[in-house]
Amino acid sequence: MSAPVKTAAASASAGERRKPRQKGIAGTTRSFWLFVGPFVIGLLIFSYLPIIWSLVLSFFEAYNTVTPSKFVGLQNYVDMLTDGNFLSSLGTFTIFAVFIVPLTFVMSLALALLVNQVKVAKAFFRSVFFLPTACSYVVACVIWRLSIFNGVRFGLANTVLGWFGIDNVAWLSTVDPPWYWIPIITVRLWLQLGFYMILFIAGLQRISPTLYEAAYVDGAKPGWQVFRYITLPQLRATSVSVLILNLIAAYQAFDEFYNLIGNVNYARPPLVYLYGISLGSIQDLGHGSAGALILAVIIMLVTLLQTRIFGFGKAGD
Amino acid sequence: MPAHVPNAGLNRRDLLKRAGGLAALAAFTAACGGNTGRPSGGGGGGGSKATLAQWYHQYGETGTKEAALKYAKAYPDANIAVEWTPGDYGSKLASGLLSSKGPDVFESQLNIGMVKSNQVVALDDIIADVKDDFAPGDLATNTVDGKVYGIRMIVDPQVIYYRKSMLDKAGIKPPETLDDLVAAAKELTTDKVKGIFVGNDGGNALGGPAVFASGGSLLTEDNKVGFTGARSAQALSKLRQMYADKSVLLGAPTDWWDPGAINQGLVAMQWIGMWAVPGMQKALGDDLGVFAFPKADAEGKAAVYSGGWTQFVSAKSANVDAAKKFVKWLWIDQAEYQEDWSLNYGFHIPPRKSIAAKASKLQSGVAAETVKLTTEFGYTDNPAWTPKMGTAFTDVLTNVIKKGADPAAEFSKAEKTVNGELARLFG
Repeated sequence: MSAPVKTAAASASAGERRKPRQKGIAGTTRSFWLFVGPFVIGLLIFSYLPIIWSLVLSFFEAYNTVTPSKFVGLQNYVDMLTDGNFLSSLGTFTIFAVFIVPLTFVMSLALALLVNQVKVAKAFFRSVFFLPTACSYVVACVIWRLSIFNGVRFGLANTVLGWFGIDNVAWLSTVDPPWYWIPIITVRLWLQLGFYMILFIAGLQRISPTLYEAAYVDGAKPGWQVFRYITLPQLRATSVSVLILNLIAAYQAFDEFYNLIGNVNYARPPLVYLYGISLGSIQDLGHGSAGALILAVIIMLVTLLQTRIFGFGKAGD
Repeated sequence: MPAHVPNAGLNRRDLLKRAGGLAALAAFTAACGGNTGRPSGGGGGGGSKATLAQWYHQYGETGTKEAALKYAKAYPDANIAVEWTPGDYGSKLASGLLSSKGPDVFESQLNIGMVKSNQVVALDDIIADVKDDFAPGDLATNTVDGKVYGIRMIVDPQVIYYRKSMLDKAGIKPPETLDDLVAAAKELTTDKVKGIFVGNDGGNALGGPAVFASGGSLLTEDNKVGFTGARSAQALSKLRQMYADKSVLLGAPTDWWDPGAINQGLVAMQWIGMWAVPGMQKALGDDLGVFAFPKADAEGKAAVYSGGWTQFVSAKSANVDAAKKFVKWLWIDQAEYQEDWSLNYGFHIPPRKSIAAKASKLQSGVAAETVKLTTEFGYTDNPAWTPKMGTAFTDVLTNVIKKGADPAAEFSKAEKTVNGELARLFG
C-alpha cells in the first residue's frame, strides 16, 4: 500500500505537469484496494483458509473435531481411493454428466436461437425462460418431489399416466428401471437452461451481421447451412465456456440429489457422499477432506484437459 | 418424531454464494457474532444468572415448541434460550458441538464417538438418586464404560399400526410371523391402496427389527458384529420379497414417521412410532390396531425398536455445572413437565417408571397395547453402534431390498466396515 504513495511523494518535485497523473495512480491503487480488499479478505477467510484447513485435516484421523492430533499420513487418501462407495459416486456423477451436459448444451442453444429470432416481445421471452434460474434448488426440488413426481395417484406425472391407463410409478424410489433420473435431470434442466440460454444469446448478438450478409451473397442457404458454417463457429468461445461451466456444475451436483432422494448408495454424486461422511452424523472430517481434495484435483484436471482440447482462451476467441 | 430426521433444505448454491459473492459482507457481520441461541452477553435483565442454550430438533406435534419455551421460562436459576431446529438437526448439532458456540444442553442419541471426542459430560451425579426409576435399556443406551452420559427424555417405540376395517374386510388376522406380514401386505394391495408403508426408501427402518426378530443384534453385548447370521439374511430376503411384490407404498408425500399415508387411506398398515397415535386416532377413530415387527422365523421373537430422545450437557459449555443443574431440574425433578412432554402432544412412554405408571393416557386402546409390546419385545440402541456402522448397514438394506443383492455377500462387506470401526474404537 505504502509504496505507490512514497513514489508519488518522491517524484512530486519532478514537475507540475506530471503531478496529476501520479496522484491518479495512487488514487487508483486506493480505490482498487477499497473495492477488492473486502472481497479478498472474504475469499481468504471463507475459501482459502478452509481449503488449507481441509488439506491439514486430510492427513489426520479427525472424528468429531477440527483440531485433530493423530497424524495418519496418506492413509485417508488410500482409504478413499479404495472406497467402493466413493468410486461409485464418481460413476454416478459420470452418468449424470453424460445426460446433463449435452442436453443442457443443445437445449439452451436451441432456446437461444429461437428467442433471438423472435421479433416481438423479445425481452418478455428472455425473462420468462431466465426466471427459473432465480428459483432455489430446494424449492424446485420440493415441488418436483411432492407435486410432480410423487409416487401416489394424485401426483402430476402419475395423473397424466393415469389418463393412458398406466399404473402409478414411484419416480424417486424405483431403482429398476432407474426412474429417479427423470426428476433429477428435469429439475436441473428447468433451473439452468435459462442461464445458459442468456450466455448463448449474448454470443449470438456479438456475431457481426456482415458475416451473414456475406454468406447470403455467397449463396449459403438460410437455416442449417448458415448455422453450421457461420453461427456455430462464431459461438466457439461461448460454447466452450458453457461446456466447462456445465461440467463443473455437474461435478458439484448436490442439491437435487440430496433434496430429491437423499443420501442413498445407488445414486449419490461425490458431494452428497462427502457431505454424508464428513458433515452429517458420521463427522469423519479426515476422510471427508481427503475425498474433497481428490475431487478438486479431478475437477482441475478435467477442466485443464477440456481447455486444451477446445483451446479456450487462445487468441482469436 | 424419529431418531433420524430427514433431509431438509441444505443448499450448496447458497453456501457458495455466501462464501463467494457475499464474503465481504459476511466478513463484517461475522465480527458481530453468530446466533447461538444465547442472547448477547453483558446487558439484559439476567443479572448474575448464567445463560444456557438448549437445542431441540423440531417435533412434529403442535404445542411442543410452546411447551419447551414454557419449561425454559419456569426455570429460576438461569436464563434458558431455546433453539428450535427445523430440518437437518443432526448436521446442525454435529457442527455446533465442534465449537464453543454450540449448545450448553441438547437432545440427541448417544454414540460412543461423542464420548471419545469429549463432547458430552457424564451425568452420574445428577441421576444417581433416581437410577432405579429408569428401565435398564434406557440406561444402557446412554452408558459408556460404566458412566451415564444422558438423561432419557422420552421413549419412542416403533411398531406397525393398521386399519382394522381393511384387515377385517380381507379376512386377514394381524400377522404373527414375518411370512404372514409379507403375505398380508400382498393380499391387502389393490390398485388404490398399498398393503404397507415402511418408508419411501423401501423399508430401511425395518432392517434393525428384522435382525432382532431373527435372533441377531446389530452389535453383541461384547461389541462384536451380530447381524451377519444366516437367519438374519433370511429375514432380509423376506423384506426384499415384500418390496418385489410391490406391496409397499413408495413415493408418498410424507415419510414413515408421519401418519399422513395411513390417515389418507393410501395404505392398510404403516411402520411408525407411538408418537403418531393421537394424530392417527383423530383421523381414524377406533379403526386402528397395532402389532410388533413379527418374529422372522420359528425360533425368533417379535421386535420393537425402542428409540427416543435423550438430554445431554455439552462438554464445551462455559457453564457445565449450571447446565447439569438445569438438566436435573427439568428431566429429573419436574415430574409434571416430564409427563406433559410425554403425553400431551404426541404419545411417548415416559422413561421414569414412576411417571409411566401414572400415565392414564397410555392405559387404554392402542397406546396401552403398544406399551405392552414395548415392555415385552423392546430393544434399545447400543451406543457403540456408530453412525458409520449405521451407514454401512443401511447400504446392505438398500442393496438387498431394492436391488435384490445377496444378503450374505452384502453382510460381509458391511462386516468389514463395522470391524474397522470396532478396531478404531476398542483397539
